[in-house]
Amino acid sequence: MPVTLERIPGKEERVILSMGPQHPSTHGVLRLVLELEGETVVRALYDIGYLHTGFEKSFESKTYSQGITLTDRMDYLAPLSNNLGFCLAAEKLLGLEIPPRAQWIRVLLTELTRIQSHLVWLGTHAIDLGAMSVFLYCFREREEILHIFEAVSGQRMMTSYFRIGGLALEPPMGWLKAVRKFADRFPARIDEYEALLTRNPIWLRRTQGVGYISAEDAIAYGLSGPSLRGSGVDWDIRKREPYCSYEEFDFKVATRPEGDVYGRYLARVEEMRQSLRIVNQAMEGLPEGPIRADAPHIVLPDRESMKTSIEALIYHFKIVTEGFHPPVGEVYQAIESPRGELGFYMVSDGSPKPFRCHVRAPSFANLQALPKLIEGRLIADVVACIGTIDIVLGEVDR
Amino acid sequence: MTSNLETNPTLLKLREFDPAAVEDARAFRGEVTLYLKPVHFIRACEFLRDEPGLKFSFLADVTALDLYPQEPRFELVYHLLSLETAQRLRLKVRVASENPRFITAVPVWPAANAFEREVFDLFGIVFDGHPFLRRLLLPEDWEGHPLRKDYPTEGYR
Repeated sequence: MPVTLERIPGKEERVILSMGPQHPSTHGVLRLVLELEGETVVRALYDIGYLHTGFEKSFESKTYSQGITLTDRMDYLAPLSNNLGFCLAAEKLLGLEIPPRAQWIRVLLTELTRIQSHLVWLGTHAIDLGAMSVFLYCFREREEILHIFEAVSGQRMMTSYFRIGGLALEPPMGWLKAVRKFADRFPARIDEYEALLTRNPIWLRRTQGVGYISAEDAIAYGLSGPSLRGSGVDWDIRKREPYCSYEEFDFKVATRPEGDVYGRYLARVEEMRQSLRIVNQAMEGLPEGPIRADAPHIVLPDRESMKTSIEALIYHFKIVTEGFHPPVGEVYQAIESPRGELGFYMVSDGSPKPFRCHVRAPSFANLQALPKLIEGRLIADVVACIGTIDIVLGEVDR
Repeated sequence: MTSNLETNPTLLKLREFDPAAVEDARAFRGEVTLYLKPVHFIRACEFLRDEPGLKFSFLADVTALDLYPQEPRFELVYHLLSLETAQRLRLKVRVASENPRFITAVPVWPAANAFEREVFDLFGIVFDGHPFLRRLLLPEDWEGHPLRKDYPTEGYR
């Protein structure tokens, strides 16, 4: 029996409605149980697990390098952010130094990931609330970014491009031209979305004052990312606990005081502009140099030396067949994913496979605030509230 | 966070507040782990959350470790974050294998709700006082707790 709400004695006239798991506005397979009085939601409960794939169990039977491919499939709208979180955690465990060029390329690509993730959010959020054309525009631009991902990694979505110790490959020649082309055009495109929405009276009526959460509640419920900044909390891991050389970039944390759906909308749109600034800075200052750390027992040798040097061949064989042995210990590495705090808690017992790898998924925590957002509001607002916390069910269920 | 445990301000303040609360303290890669005594846990958490200068008001994560066949078998792991000082702290509590249970942290941090349900679902650790302790990711009639080390990766067949 799936979970449901118990009826309150004396309130039998209320309708208990099961919404989802196949409802188009739930952005995946989320099921909500709503208790309705007329059109007002009195109580709400969420039911998840429809996409549970046991990634955390699978990590324990894969080597550290093999684990990277699983992370793509969690938050499938921000695969490179997940790759980055996993690799940084493993690198922290190993105590690896990553060369600057690899770090900058990582920053550039994760910011592009943030933009394309926000584009999917904006498009689907707008279509949920009846604005069809924004959806088409957003997916047009997203496609350009996916082409860049395909150029560097060979995959549009399941990139697995970041590796423990650096990057899989040097990006192909001319890829920066594609990034520049996108970066030059994109500011005008954001203006276009804003022209369609920001002062649109229908949009304002559907979003202003809807799904309000105060800063104290947002912190207490563990909200993070733009959902937290939309309530006026100035917290961004990229600024406050910089990782992967973010301290070298100049950008503003997009914070909005409103605390409603509209405030979170403005925060995310501003975040796209800021991400673009970071992309531009990363392109201009991209350092030369190696893209992998100097650690032959952890990082695979390049093809050339593997075929000419016996030592490199032995290392290659050892890494591929057995893996590497990190020291015994545990680390927690948090990054600012497009959805909020993405944390990897990795425990090593000294063997080539993680003893435990737990993922603190931002969508999983953000979803907790959903009943708070929708209780007492109209059923039509439920759709706006699901969109505004920007969940990805692959990551919620893992 | 400074990894030198003797001068760690969080540890010093917590010891001053309740000398018996901290069982053990460890540092690795600049991260501090405090093992708390179960009976002192809630009081220590409230102190960490409210004390000026600490303000660990954000509960980032709750999870568990299965150290099978070691005893006590389980460790509960809490990751705290202070939005004011940008410090992180890891709390741990040991839980025995026989009828594993612990007290809920929901009254201290409402965010613990879903995390504890996940731990209950996947490790089978019961949280006393939890407002809605039901399976979260797996169906209600699922047998076993998959993240335990004695649960086969392919499941029971």
